[in-house]
Amino acid sequence: MEIVEHLMYTKDHEWVLVEDGIATIGITDYAQSSLGDITFIELPSVGDEAEQFGEIVSVESVKAASDVFSPISGRVVEINTELETDPALINRSPYEKGWLAKIEIADKEELSNLMTAEEYENFLDSVG
Amino acid sequence: MELIFEKSVEGRRGFLNPCLDVDVKASIPSHLKRAKDCQFPQVSELDVVRHFTNLSKMNYSVDANFYPLGSCTMKYNPRFTESIACMKGFTDVHPLLPQLKKGELLTQGSLEVLYEMDRLLCEITAMDSFTMQPLAGAHGELTGLMMMAAYHKAKGNNKKYIIVPDSSHGTNPATAAIAGYEIISINSDKTGVMDIEELKSKLSDEVAGLMLTCPNTHGIFNSDIKKISEMIHAVDGLMYYDGANLNAVLGRCRPGDIGFDVMHVNLHKTFATPHGGGGPGSGPVGVNKKLIPFLPISRVIKNSSGKYELDYDYPESIGYVASFYGNFSIILRAYAYILYLGKQGLIETSNNAVLNANYLKERLKERFELAYDRICMHESVFSASRQVENGVHATDIAKFLIDKGCHPPTIYFPLTVKEAIMIEPTETESKKAMDEFVDAMFEADDLSRKNPKEFADLPKTTPVSRPDEVKAARELNANYFAE
Amino acid sequence: MFSYIANTKKEQEEMLAVIGVDSIEELFSDIKPEHSPKSFNLPKGKSEFEVVEYFRKLALKNSSELIPFIGGGYYDHYVPSVVSSLMSRGEFFTAYTPYQPECSQGTLQALYEYQSAICTMTNMEISNASLYDGGTALYEAAMMAFRITKRKKILIDGGVSPIFKKILKTYTSNLDFEFNETEVVHGTADRKKMYALLDKDTAAVIVQNPNFFGAIDDYTDIVEKAHAAGALVIESVYPISLGLLKTPGEMDVDIVTGEGQSLGLSLNFGGPYLGFMATKKKYARKMPGRIVGQTTDKNGKRCFVNTLQAREQHIRREKATSNICTNVALCALQSIIYMSVIGKNGFKELAQLNLDKAEFAKSVIDKIEGVEVKRSSPTFNEFTVHLPVDASIVVERMIGRGFAAGFPLGRYYKGMEKYMIIVVTEKRTKEEILNYAKALEEVLKVKN
Repeated sequence: MEIVEHLMYTKDHEWVLVEDGIATIGITDYAQSSLGDITFIELPSVGDEAEQFGEIVSVESVKAASDVFSPISGRVVEINTELETDPALINRSPYEKGWLAKIEIADKEELSNLMTAEEYENFLDSVG
Repeated sequence: MELIFEKSVEGRRGFLNPCLDVDVKASIPSHLKRAKDCQFPQVSELDVVRHFTNLSKMNYSVDANFYPLGSCTMKYNPRFTESIACMKGFTDVHPLLPQLKKGELLTQGSLEVLYEMDRLLCEITAMDSFTMQPLAGAHGELTGLMMMAAYHKAKGNNKKYIIVPDSSHGTNPATAAIAGYEIISINSDKTGVMDIEELKSKLSDEVAGLMLTCPNTHGIFNSDIKKISEMIHAVDGLMYYDGANLNAVLGRCRPGDIGFDVMHVNLHKTFATPHGGGGPGSGPVGVNKKLIPFLPISRVIKNSSGKYELDYDYPESIGYVASFYGNFSIILRAYAYILYLGKQGLIETSNNAVLNANYLKERLKERFELAYDRICMHESVFSASRQVENGVHATDIAKFLIDKGCHPPTIYFPLTVKEAIMIEPTETESKKAMDEFVDAMFEADDLSRKNPKEFADLPKTTPVSRPDEVKAARELNANYFAE
Repeated sequence: MFSYIANTKKEQEEMLAVIGVDSIEELFSDIKPEHSPKSFNLPKGKSEFEVVEYFRKLALKNSSELIPFIGGGYYDHYVPSVVSSLMSRGEFFTAYTPYQPECSQGTLQALYEYQSAICTMTNMEISNASLYDGGTALYEAAMMAFRITKRKKILIDGGVSPIFKKILKTYTSNLDFEFNETEVVHGTADRKKMYALLDKDTAAVIVQNPNFFGAIDDYTDIVEKAHAAGALVIESVYPISLGLLKTPGEMDVDIVTGEGQSLGLSLNFGGPYLGFMATKKKYARKMPGRIVGQTTDKNGKRCFVNTLQAREQHIRREKATSNICTNVALCALQSIIYMSVIGKNGFKELAQLNLDKAEFAKSVIDKIEGVEVKRSSPTFNEFTVHLPVDASIVVERMIGRGFAAGFPLGRYYKGMEKYMIIVVTEKRTKEEILNYAKALEEVLKVKN
């Protein structure tokens, strides 16, 4: 499983990239591989308010549907509309082309609730 | 095979309408007319007969195949109940007739069926009254949950949660959510029944009730059921019995006697009405005295002169849950089935359903991982875990069985067992049919060890091989006419 | 006593030996004495002959000889014999939900064809594979509108079936939703009142065509206004009328539902019936019920599967779009056979035939002294009449003359005791219509 060094992670297998007060979020390689071929993504709308660890996106594969939880609170400022026509981007490129949304971070303190890449790697080992 | 629309030929006819025998050629204002023609196919009657006959041959069915689909009770559907359901005196009755003044006198036969079926189901389940309205099992669940909500509202109870075990049918939590409740899920313990300690820890005054199948989806009868119902009743919760597995306990145990307050019966399972490729079902709901005021309207009553009539005068009723009185012709078939079998026949039904399930379980456990190694009721759950070691999954085994002319068991359900294979033979299957199934299962196991790669190409004998389900979901095409 | 059990005593004993128990009783050892039934007092079994005889006699206690002029959403149309003969094939009848597509292509393809037929009939983009009946389908549509818009209010036109309205009320009474009804004016939707109530909390407007009183309408204007307010429009339709009438798709309606009984199903005292639902493709994932989709198998051959299953209860549990598991696949099959044999031209003619006969009946009934056919709106095959006396009494007297004369509106509408709705389908002959009018005239002359 690929884990990217400079990202932060959640226990629900989301990642977040922080740049200039904006958090780009997505799901991890582990998450996309356990979901299998993704068939549909229900994205939030720009302007929606996300809450840390609250549901923000719903991802469907043939035989499963999973909620994705926002790693951070804030307002949604951009969504990856390419996923609407090509949901498989998440399978092919979970950390880059398959990003889900960008969120204007409301409270930087919340970042301390997330895991570093190393911590996430250990977490994955522990869940087997 | 071509679609019926692809067989269409401009100008071809399959049917002649009755003739116009009045001297009127009416028209409606043009702005109220459709502009685009409806593209029903233009085919001959023989085209239609051949098309659907050939389609039917592409199905596996109880009539042609062993069909041990766990949790679905795919028993033989007796033919005599069909001839009863097709009697003109039943098929041609308009549902609004009994709602006319004195109209009930024109429908005494049908009303008697509904009334007597209510009495029989009460005796079978130890409930005090049934509504025949719910049109399927899940619809029955919703009806039951709405009555539970009405009960709590009438008592001023502040309830928020419905408890379901993790092994429950997906309809249970879905229904509770639609009825406005939040879900508390309880795990199974190592013996395959609900963990009673966990239940204790999660129980509170805010619990509206518990939804349970008994025996459960692992095919296990919970011996602590009375204790559980006492715990739920202690917080004024209600016990909902999901009747999906009633076929196991006819004459052995009645939900009402062991503490259940409300339940549904799947007539298409226990009482042998046809499954029809996915419905129509029928899910009458029974309640004990606590919940009678809340039953849907209309209700069928017998008046002092012995005539049946509809009664709407129940101010606490939850109202209409269906347009009329239920899936009448399904109820009719089930009623005929019960009259035919009688008391002893029903007891024998459960006896043999349980005997067959245990026989299959014993024979298969040598090669397949049994989720809970103990006596089971009407079904048992295996896991393909041993075969998975060679890369062969439950779905691969299912496809192998198709090539052996057998409809596969339920797979990947219940969710509590990884790689689940859930087997319910029902009482109408013979030992020989089951032995052949065991042979096929053993062959699948042999192949999983000798040549596991071969599974990927199965099934080979069917009109189509494995479909691309990802494509179906990504490039949704559910309408031939879509642009 | 008989119970369709194949195994002989000897085989049962062989099986018990394999299991390693001495008796069937032992298999029930988890059921303790404390769980035993307090009674199980059921009648003794009977022979097939006796049971069939009992039902033959019971069927005679129903009156199936009345000539029906009663509709109310459920109609006496002719069903070609080929429909029941094909749908009762055991391969369809005794199969279940197509969980294994390779051995269920028959059911799956038929359902795909059914969905396509519903789409072309309504001019909508996508249909599901059926719901229980017309009333519960309308409830499911309302729930779908709540999910799509995330709003909490529904505006419902007074012309929607009172039976459907009662169902909606039952299902939502425990939920945080609001229903506002506007009464009809001159038999059709009261636009003015409706628009006054339409606001940013409105999830959907529900209309019906033809409405319960028989009036037909073009709801394009309502759709435009609703869309401008960000609300959806749900239309409940009567399939046979769509041989002629402007379709929901042509009006840009968002969700269509209806009772499909008239598409080849018997009246059957209320069921099983067929609920249908179609919508726009963009709402497909919010639609409840099974959907069959086309795809290809690994050899590139066209085939069909249940698709978008991630919406459904067996996967999503409490987050599913609906709790529906079983639908009414067999009734959907029945209707696709019906739609196929009736065909494109037959369907159009059938609708015209219903219209013509109903107009003839109107002209005849209108001549009866004291009876007024309401003509404020055009109608299809059902229409409202005003009688000089209570309609329920007229209907009762007409039964004595062999007619189910219509449905008295006083049953559901206070103040409309002298009104009834009458339907004339293609099955009613000129002679029956004339005899009906004669009987009605006589019945009205009878002094109390």
